[in-house]
Amino acid sequence: MIPVAFDYKKASSVEDALAALAEGGEDAKLMGGGQSLVPVLRLRLNAPSVVVDCSSIPELKGIKDEGGKILIGAGTTHHAVMNDPAVKSSLKVLADATASVADPQIRHRGTLGGALAHSDPRADQPPVALALDAEFTIAGTTGQRTVAAADFFQGPFETAVGPDEILVSIAFPKLDGWGGHYEKFNRAAQAWSIIGVAAAVRMEGGKIAEARIGLTNVGGTPHRASAVEQALVGASSIAEVEAASMHASDNLSPFADEDADVDYRLHLARVLTARSVARAAGIS
Amino acid sequence: MTDVVDTGTALGRPIKRKEDARLLHGQTNWTDNIQLPGTVHMAILRSPLAHAKITHLDVSGALEMPNVVAAFGAAELGELNSSVPCVWPVTDDMVAPDFPALAKDTVHHVGDCVAVVLATDAASAADALEAMSVDYEPLQAVVNMESAISPGSTLVHEDKGTNTCYVYNLGGGYDEKVKEADVVVKRRFINQRLIPAFMEPRSVVAAPMGMSDEITMWTSTQIPHILRLLIALVTGIPENNLRVIAPDVGGGFGGKLQIYREEILVAQLARKLGRPVKWTETRSEDMVATHHGRDQIQDIEIAAKSDGTLVGLKVDLKANMGAYLQIITPGIPLLGMFMYPGIYKMDAYDFQCTGVFTNTTPTDAYRGAGRPESTYAIERIMDELAAELGMEPMELRRKNWIKHEEFPYTTIAGLTYDTGNYELATARALELFDYEGMRAEQKSRRDSGDRVQLGIGISTFTEMCGLAPSRTLGALKYVAGGWEHCTVRVLPTGKVEVITGTSPHGQGHETAWSQIASSILGIPVEDIEVVHSDTGRAPYGMDTYGSRSLAVGGQAIKAASERLVDKARVIAAHQLECSPEDLEYVDGVFQVKGDREKAQPLGAVAFEAFTAHNLPDGVEPTLSAEATIDPQDFSFPHGTHLAAMEVDTETGKVTVRKYVCVDDVGVQVNPMIVEGQVHGGVAQGIAQALYEGANYDEDGQPQNANLSTYLIPSAPDLPSFITDTTCTPSTTNPLGTKGVGEAGAIASTPAIINGIVDAIRHLGVNDVLMPATPMTVWKTIQAAQGGK
Repeated sequence: MIPVAFDYKKASSVEDALAALAEGGEDAKLMGGGQSLVPVLRLRLNAPSVVVDCSSIPELKGIKDEGGKILIGAGTTHHAVMNDPAVKSSLKVLADATASVADPQIRHRGTLGGALAHSDPRADQPPVALALDAEFTIAGTTGQRTVAAADFFQGPFETAVGPDEILVSIAFPKLDGWGGHYEKFNRAAQAWSIIGVAAAVRMEGGKIAEARIGLTNVGGTPHRASAVEQALVGASSIAEVEAASMHASDNLSPFADEDADVDYRLHLARVLTARSVARAAGIS
Repeated sequence: MTDVVDTGTALGRPIKRKEDARLLHGQTNWTDNIQLPGTVHMAILRSPLAHAKITHLDVSGALEMPNVVAAFGAAELGELNSSVPCVWPVTDDMVAPDFPALAKDTVHHVGDCVAVVLATDAASAADALEAMSVDYEPLQAVVNMESAISPGSTLVHEDKGTNTCYVYNLGGGYDEKVKEADVVVKRRFINQRLIPAFMEPRSVVAAPMGMSDEITMWTSTQIPHILRLLIALVTGIPENNLRVIAPDVGGGFGGKLQIYREEILVAQLARKLGRPVKWTETRSEDMVATHHGRDQIQDIEIAAKSDGTLVGLKVDLKANMGAYLQIITPGIPLLGMFMYPGIYKMDAYDFQCTGVFTNTTPTDAYRGAGRPESTYAIERIMDELAAELGMEPMELRRKNWIKHEEFPYTTIAGLTYDTGNYELATARALELFDYEGMRAEQKSRRDSGDRVQLGIGISTFTEMCGLAPSRTLGALKYVAGGWEHCTVRVLPTGKVEVITGTSPHGQGHETAWSQIASSILGIPVEDIEVVHSDTGRAPYGMDTYGSRSLAVGGQAIKAASERLVDKARVIAAHQLECSPEDLEYVDGVFQVKGDREKAQPLGAVAFEAFTAHNLPDGVEPTLSAEATIDPQDFSFPHGTHLAAMEVDTETGKVTVRKYVCVDDVGVQVNPMIVEGQVHGGVAQGIAQALYEGANYDEDGQPQNANLSTYLIPSAPDLPSFITDTTCTPSTTNPLGTKGVGEAGAIASTPAIINGIVDAIRHLGVNDVLMPATPMTVWKTIQAAQGGK
């Protein structure tokens, strides 16, 4: 399909992109890998005045091991994230979730920052960022600020990033020695999640000592299953994991769609949380 | 019959497709690649409503937009607004609503064409659509077939006074015969609506050629020959001035067996504007404006003796026509009519089909066209009958199928199956599947209450290919014939042209047809060029659909090749100063028996025929021969498909763990192409069972008309298929071939659903709606458990 005509600006630096955004006004749009924006433009669901292309800004790319945390540039592709040795060893759940995104072509173009800032309720990485208490660095014309994951996701396709701002990087606390798993439930390999459950678990003496759990597509924003996290402490058997996971549907009011009505979604939240935790913890 | 020596070198070899290097390297000529100077691009304003009066339409705003050349609504188009034809009036009293290219005062489905704009580039045309002014007065939409035919329903076409298109009946003895039955099983199956979703969206270019009165039309179609005739008939363009070319076509699956309103519009506007007009659909348009497939409610009743012997079958269909009749919309369910009895013997068969209009996209042929629906129904109900009788489902089938020694066999539906060997294909499939081992695992999972249950799905299917002979089609009121043509020419340089009337869109005809011709001519496959899909270069043909190309077109290639050798033999004998009977023809060379020194290759004969300096008396110059063949009968491929289905009873998710199919498609020209067709077909049938289904809400709004929500499986969703074949040659065509284009898609759907039901039958389940999504399966289990 053919989008409505728009101006195109290829930004060479964050400063450059911020200037282009300011100049473009409220109808300007940032583009990372273009994997979410381009379909929207082609369907004429959005008609920006200018598209500011951030795909060639060097400072937005790359993954740095900073001791206690891993800092990922917002413009780093999914492919780079899922194959990074530090991510694979210290953030297994992020590597797993990223590897489940769409298909290889999209993973080579699409970016972590783009996916998080797009904040599609069905996306796979937002629940990971939420569960792991990632920190988001956002740049504006007046400087940079940091936002906690709990405050970043504000609604479907809505985040703390303002219209004149850019997401620069995401910092994930390292979870060395933790188990991790992303349980994605969808109808076809390349389809969106009906539900996805990100779980990271620290074991001590065969028992769960600490757990972080985030769910996707159970509401307008990713959901932190805090009640499950608390109930899991001390669990060592599959029965205990399943019992704790019954809390996954606490305080949820999911929507209904063609893939899942409310009852089924609540049921899946419980079942898949148990499966994800069991895999992360190595309990069977 | 000539005494041609079949070298056997090319026929039956799994050689790689010679068209693939070009296709895979992007050296393709899709219709959208065609760039002609002065082209204007058409964009279409489509209805966003399923049923509405157009109270106001003003296209003039579009004319103010940059680069716009013209804009038309029905009023502006006037008498050029031709109607789309339906060529299969199945009954004398069939109701056929007017189907103008542009809707006149009422729109009848989402995607109905309302107006067009033409601009010098495609982007300007798309922008200009938004400058048109249109108002609608919404009318109640008719979506559900059963409500549509209830008294007092809103009418899709007010002027027709009914939503019933036709009622068709066959048979009539069931109600009497059923009294002899011990067991009667009734089920309602829903064969859901599917979207062909070929990879290359539709595209059409029409251009006045300037140097003559010819209009050339390039279009992504399966049927260039039929289209040429129909476009000429509906537009008034003289047929002799119209050339239709189907360049590279990226899939069709029946969806391009059509004359579309967009093709009519492009042809008419090219003529009116005197310049090339081009239209390429978007995927969003394709999902609502390309015809859909299936969409039948099937009420099935089967009767049997207590020992499992079948007594009879009763079929009551409601078939959704959609809002209009396309080329063969009403006939699709009737193509299935003959196949409901499947491979089984029985004494009574009643069939009724009611065609129903609704405010939805029109339906028409989609891979299998009627036969997938009938095969689904009979193979599903056989499993249900087996369960009712407490019999092993394969045993029930074996007890009732036509035995190998009983062929040829005339079924209760009136078809004569020439050959078959269900015993052989089934035995091989059971062995490859490890049927007994699977049953043992199923029992152990059931006994242990495993979260993941295992089921075995069986489909012992047959189908009919070839849609012929023409006389039979006439009796069914189908307007066209069922013949096929081939001309074989040997050029003076010794290269061969095989000019076929079939029109490939992914099947590999260029390779397979070369193999058939090579096997008779003795000329290497690479020296044979298959000419097709251009009414200027290949003027006679009935095109490609219904797995007819090999079953029918293959016979014409064989006959024309043999006739050519006959002619060449006379010329060669003259050159070699012997009688034709003294020559043998080996590897493309005529040689005198007993004297191998005296020989003449076919190319040399062709050159003699070209110069014509020294031809025998009465022999015409040039070396070519043609054949137009009307087959003796349909052909009937069959096979046994087995699916091992795992059902996660906790989430409802199903997985195809193992899929075995043993198909009997008769003699194979190229086993690699056969295997590819089986793989693609099986995948497409699995897609119906598990993934695809086009849904409308009660207002007639499509609910999943995009490829994000209309799920088509890809390789990671499917297991590695285990395929094998048996060969029981067809006796009604001289090649012994049957057809394989649709077999997989026909066979696999019931195997998958039977497997799911078999896995959870002990939980009280006896049917699962398609597509069997995780939620559908989970809810089915929940309902069955709640009902206990």
